[in-house]
Amino acid sequence: MSTSSRVRRTLSSEIITLAHGSGGKAMRDLIDDVFVSVFDNDYLSPLEDQARFDLSALSAYGDRLAFTTDSYVVDPLFFPGGDIGKLAVTGTVNDLAVGGAKPLYLTCSMIIEEGLAVSELRRVVHSMKIAADEAGVVIVTGDTKVVQRGAADKLFINTAGVGVIASGINMSTNSAQPGDAVIINGYVGDHGAAIVDARGEMALENSIESDCQTLNELIDAMLKICPQARCIRDATRGGVATVLNEFAEASSVAITINETSVPVRHEVRGMCEILGLDPLYLANEGKLLAIIPGDRADEVLKGMLQHPAGQHSAIIGYVSEQPAGRVILQTGFGGNRIIDMLVGEQLPRIC
Amino acid sequence: MKYVDEFRDPEKAKVLIAKINALYEQIPQIAIRPLQLMEFCGGHTHTIFRYGIEPMLPDWIELIHGPGCPVCVLPMGRVDDCVALAERPDVIFTTFGDAMRVPGSKKSLLQAKAEGADIRMVYSPLDSLELARKNPDRQVIFFALGFETTMPSTALTVLQAKNEGLDNFSLFCNHITTVPTIKAILDSPDMKIDGFLAPGHVSMVVGEQPFHFVSDAYDKPIVITGFEPLDILQSIWMVLKQIAENRCEVENQYARIVPPAGNEPGLKAIEKVFEIREFFEWRGLGSIDHSGVKMRNEFARFDAEQKFSIPNLKIADPKSCQCGEVLKGVIRPWECKVFGGSCTPETPMGALMVSTEGACAAYYNFGNLPELLSKRDQQNKENTA
Repeated sequence: MSTSSRVRRTLSSEIITLAHGSGGKAMRDLIDDVFVSVFDNDYLSPLEDQARFDLSALSAYGDRLAFTTDSYVVDPLFFPGGDIGKLAVTGTVNDLAVGGAKPLYLTCSMIIEEGLAVSELRRVVHSMKIAADEAGVVIVTGDTKVVQRGAADKLFINTAGVGVIASGINMSTNSAQPGDAVIINGYVGDHGAAIVDARGEMALENSIESDCQTLNELIDAMLKICPQARCIRDATRGGVATVLNEFAEASSVAITINETSVPVRHEVRGMCEILGLDPLYLANEGKLLAIIPGDRADEVLKGMLQHPAGQHSAIIGYVSEQPAGRVILQTGFGGNRIIDMLVGEQLPRIC
Repeated sequence: MKYVDEFRDPEKAKVLIAKINALYEQIPQIAIRPLQLMEFCGGHTHTIFRYGIEPMLPDWIELIHGPGCPVCVLPMGRVDDCVALAERPDVIFTTFGDAMRVPGSKKSLLQAKAEGADIRMVYSPLDSLELARKNPDRQVIFFALGFETTMPSTALTVLQAKNEGLDNFSLFCNHITTVPTIKAILDSPDMKIDGFLAPGHVSMVVGEQPFHFVSDAYDKPIVITGFEPLDILQSIWMVLKQIAENRCEVENQYARIVPPAGNEPGLKAIEKVFEIREFFEWRGLGSIDHSGVKMRNEFARFDAEQKFSIPNLKIADPKSCQCGEVLKGVIRPWECKVFGGSCTPETPMGALMVSTEGACAAYYNFGNLPELLSKRDQQNKENTA
């Protein structure tokens, strides 16, 4: 069925009510006017219960399928540098991209609390569309549920994503080797700090924006320079410290980080000083950590610096044999300490 | 960053380390055993670990991490009282975030919150007062804890509540005092501490005078210390210099913040609202005379202990836990039988594993765990052989 053969319905209500999740006319109005008209593609428009893909077209991209899912519950919905919609696209795109996959298709499943302003929902959906277009992915199927007041907080989004991994790319967290370099693509902690700020609980004034961005193009560029990259992860919840620990543990190696070479914005450092937070544990939504063979690191770094998502990239440490499974920080003060995984939750509902 | 980086300058640190090393020849007792210096305050412990100061020091200096983390030393019975108050349907229980994870005998505040208690994290007692204003039909309780550092802000909040006639605001008072606790440590028979770094922010309130007994009656040097890494190194050097020169004095390294007479309006507010308790129970150290404060009778209507019934049960520390010995410097954190095994930051048994400012949690989080544990096993083997 072609997109144009069906008359699209419009939504006149200003707030979401339980009727919009009932399966009846109100729900069709919502889906047509808010979702289908914005996401606007031939996979979604027929409104079948599933999106359908041509396998031969997929296999042209590579030899393995990558499949991932993530849920987004960030509070507040809108924050400097992004919103829950942008996050729901960039987060899932990045989860595919860090495995070396070319992200292709996303789902969009929303759980809406009754009473949400339709204008806010439209803003979120619009952000999703812009982020999807920028990342070159299509939102191909979705679901909407409305729950009564108090059963959810405003809006929760789940997105699942499908991508294809090119043959010859084999990244995994257990492949770091002594002599490898650790590279990050820019300032750490911006997202966590922006959320703390946006909540307004601390009454701090600053201009920190979330780093929320897609990384697939940057990773593509990196893999073109160095297809032998050992592993890449995006440093979301738990921050840089957590990802480095995952690398060290899975590969049974030590990772040593030089504190002074980790890029941290002045504003983020200042906020961390005041609140007793550690930037290494703050969440990011557009930062990747890459383990690259030592002799290729400078070349990869040079390529990253030329990319908009990698302008502030830096080599922050190296991999060695002992103590296996541990991450060591050389402090700017001249001492050493172990960086462990985060215990408990530093900040709830960050993404 | 201005006013921060100056106090973390690695070049200045090297100079101080060299000055510390240079005192070696002048302190003859080092030949017998390493010098034990206690930093009383959990904030100092945190700085020491965060900046990796311990490995920078010569091996003839042993840092003993004191009981100055109010979250850590809160006994289980008091946490149970908090939970009982928080679970009352008419109550909004407010607390600083770091007290949420402290285990009670049955559950922590975090668990009680998950089970439905209305527990809210605040950043200041004034946030609690605001909640009381906004919720006139609910009882808002502020979980007041901390040493003298936080007492003035709680006292002033109570005075404000009284001025406004807010009858739905009260304190669950768990404030503790520094001096009786240092004295209890000094009186302990197995104590071997040679000098003290005194808590900087407590001193900002109480001034220099309360620490004179350490140098005068117990002949131990004591230096009031700031919280940046260079503060710590400079204070260690100052204590060692006193030892080398055979002096015992109260010195103030943190003069940029600590006035010799303390904070007079703060002290007045404390005096007005609080009085000394006969004794207070500490996790790991047991009962210490005069080591806590309670609210004066004229503020009874703001005192959650008098306003509501609480279980007020004394719950003994787990037997296998050796926090008391660690606090007095008798054993190192990793030498404790349960360290890193049944006692970890996720499931703390003892006080010192509870907060990031606790010595055991600091060793666990920032230390090389496999190496520490194998060192302990090695020692145990040698002891049994």
